Amino acid sequence: MDLGVETAFTPWASLFGGVLLGISSVMVMALFGRIAGIIGITSGAMNRASDQDWRWAFVAGMVLAPLGYSAVVGWPEQTVSGNLPAMVVAGLLVGAGTIMGSGCTSGHGICGLARLSPRSLAAVLTFMVAGFVTVFLLRHVF
Amino acid sequence: MRLIWGFLSGVLFGVGLLLSGMANPAKVLNFLDLFGTWDPSLIFVMGGASVVTFIGYRLVWKRPAPVLDTAFQVPNSRVIDRPLLIGSALFGIGWGIGGFCPGPAWTAVTFGAPGTYVFLGSMLVGIFGGRYLKQNLTATPSAC
Repeated sequence: MDLGVETAFTPWASLFGGVLLGISSVMVMALFGRIAGIIGITSGAMNRASDQDWRWAFVAGMVLAPLGYSAVVGWPEQTVSGNLPAMVVAGLLVGAGTIMGSGCTSGHGICGLARLSPRSLAAVLTFMVAGFVTVFLLRHVF
Repeated sequence: MRLIWGFLSGVLFGVGLLLSGMANPAKVLNFLDLFGTWDPSLIFVMGGASVVTFIGYRLVWKRPAPVLDTAFQVPNSRVIDRPLLIGSALFGIGWGIGGFCPGPAWTAVTFGAPGTYVFLGSMLVGIFGGRYLKQNLTATPSAC
């Protein structure tokens, strides 16, 4: 499933974007006392949890962010695979895997590493290696 | 207040994903393609985000409680168990196939790509599968 699109190395934009992700994660802790893990926020929003309110508001903010962003900066580059069966498999694995592993790139990657959690470090190393191997197999072997 | 601040935090997170390039699956897949069109940008995303969060958390935790809720709820398990490792491995495989993790999948919705909708719908279904798998593979306290 090679997308075959080269992307430019963008250290400054990526660093600044990362800083914004960090500020948002700190806001979620300061305001609601929770880890800003997106799979956890999504999963909790679908439960009848008492703190469902801010979770849906957070998701709405993430969904609508590109409208404000595109008005100021412009519509960003995006290439999504059109291989829909592969995207079904990918979505199922990401949903099930992050719930089973109690976190995703944000919950373990940003918040967990910031908490110096050994569980999160183990999770990050595991999903990184699994991602490297998967892309290697899909792009260079099959 | 909770809704407004929740929304603003979400917008900020979304803008962070867009600016950093995380919302573009092609960029994520290139980061994962060490032996091909490697794009190391995502190291800077994770670096910036975790350093800011590391410092910010320590300032925030000096307060007795969060501003709009009663208590901080931080996972305290330190056990590296099977569900953590198997789940993370499954996630990594899915991430490597689609180039999306959960946050970018939400932020990509307004771009309107069919692959995004298919991924997001499957991810929401997958959440229920993950709950089942987790319960049936030794119960551990949920981290996030």
